[in-house]
Amino acid sequence: MKEYWHSVILEKDYCNGCTHCLDRCPTQAIRVVDGKAKIIESRCIDCGECLRVCPFHAKGAQVSTLETLDRYKYKVALPAISFYGQFGLEHDMNTIYNGLLQLGFDDVFDLAHAAEILSIYQKKIIQETTENKPLISTYCPVITRLIQIRFPSLIDNIIKLESPMEIAARFIEQKLADAGMKREDIGIFYITPCPAKITSIKNPIGLTHSHIDEAISTEEVYYRLMKFIDKIEVKRQIQCATGKGIGWGRVGGQSYAMEIEDYIAVDGIEEVIKVLETMELGKLNTLDFFEGYACVNGCVGGPLNVENTFIGKNRIRKHVKNYDLTKEINVDMPLKAENMAWDSPIEALPIFKLDTDFRKALEKMAQIEEISQILPGINCGACGAPTCRVLVEDIVNKRATISRCVVLQMQQENKEK
Amino acid sequence: MDKYFKDERDVAMRLKYQILRDDFTRAGEASSKIKKVLKQLAIDATVIRRAAIATYEAEINLVIHSEGGTLEVYIKPDCIEIYVEDVGPGIADIELAMTKGFSTASVAVREMGFGAGMGLPNMEKVSDDFVIESEVGVGTKVKMIVRYT
Repeated sequence: MKEYWHSVILEKDYCNGCTHCLDRCPTQAIRVVDGKAKIIESRCIDCGECLRVCPFHAKGAQVSTLETLDRYKYKVALPAISFYGQFGLEHDMNTIYNGLLQLGFDDVFDLAHAAEILSIYQKKIIQETTENKPLISTYCPVITRLIQIRFPSLIDNIIKLESPMEIAARFIEQKLADAGMKREDIGIFYITPCPAKITSIKNPIGLTHSHIDEAISTEEVYYRLMKFIDKIEVKRQIQCATGKGIGWGRVGGQSYAMEIEDYIAVDGIEEVIKVLETMELGKLNTLDFFEGYACVNGCVGGPLNVENTFIGKNRIRKHVKNYDLTKEINVDMPLKAENMAWDSPIEALPIFKLDTDFRKALEKMAQIEEISQILPGINCGACGAPTCRVLVEDIVNKRATISRCVVLQMQQENKEK
Repeated sequence: MDKYFKDERDVAMRLKYQILRDDFTRAGEASSKIKKVLKQLAIDATVIRRAAIATYEAEINLVIHSEGGTLEVYIKPDCIEIYVEDVGPGIADIELAMTKGFSTASVAVREMGFGAGMGLPNMEKVSDDFVIESEVGVGTKVKMIVRYT
């Protein structure tokens, strides 16, 4: 398997070895070893839950800085749709986009516009598909990775369409190439609310390579912009999306934009997991579409945003209304598979399997059942594994020893007294 | 139709759960544990999914309709065998019970989202072999086999 690049990283100096992140990780990817948290890379899906709960801010996201702008001759900014939720409504969105020009970008693309065009194409795919319903949105890359790891039987339900950022980047690339520009001179920058999108740029699923060159956090751009937000000079019209595209910034936005009825939209990774469990049992076959988001409230709840997610969500709601949900979408991109769809297949990553060999896996399972009887089962996390069960799995896979269990040690000492 | 019998040959691993009647709070827990175990073994995802549906529907049936019973899973090198046994009340007309949409579930149970009359038909649909035997006043036995290929 090829090496995986991850956005979520640990800044060891800040970690004090507490167990907050252990417990929250949906793929049990964290262990505390020698007093420091460690992320098992093959298991991490970059959801950023650990980053959010760490009381010491020891977890971070690897992003580019605005200084990387200097590497390119022609710089294009793609602010995430959740960018709409970061600024008070007294600031006009077109003015803010013009502020990005002042920060050094040569062009800015309104991703909500790419989203609304994708809505049209996505609706067509949903209407034409009769099998493997509900189709699962790929907009939140964490959910796609979660399915690869924990719900491989749902892989065929994945809709296999690109995200608005890649659709926009392909479009811009083509446009600039037509204008005679060399690709190496162009820098396409995504302004991201979440680490998983950065991972999607470095290690895309369903795409041979990303068309985006760099990712900068919303946070960094926000603070730079705020310094001169009242002095932005408006040079051109950049904002061009209707309410339909802007709504993608929050949960349910895709389905609203497509005006479909039989869908469910779920936010918060634990809730998404519950729904996927139900879907695996075939209980949701009558639905057409499922949009799931790792973050509460969807992208506006991304950990690299600045604004409180509920305030951001409210602003997006107002923007959707102001920019109009009923307005005609200006289709200025071709609605074709080569612009909208994935170009490579997606594979299951069954990392929870104890072994690839049936016999060996069974042997290990039998050992797990046996050792589990000895352990206290209180899931305290003191051994560095999130649960007793996970410790046993690590023991069986020779990554830990039973001496790690503090409770067993104490019982032993008490006996000896 | 084959007779119900427990095939004890080549069992690599056994899982057994007691299911109580009317225990709606815990309904689905046993099948969820079974699914977790299967997902850790080297078994194909679609096979796991079929076994998960079969055990889930069986568990829900035990909770809704039976006086309580057991759910057993035999993991074998070539298949998963599922044995469901209860202690009553038994099914008078099996053919009718197997009809899609037919259910004797109460209004209260239906309001909880169960009892749509798809349990037994779904169990039959996802398994390669399906055996059901029932005697009124004694109980019901179901055997399901999900093969790996």
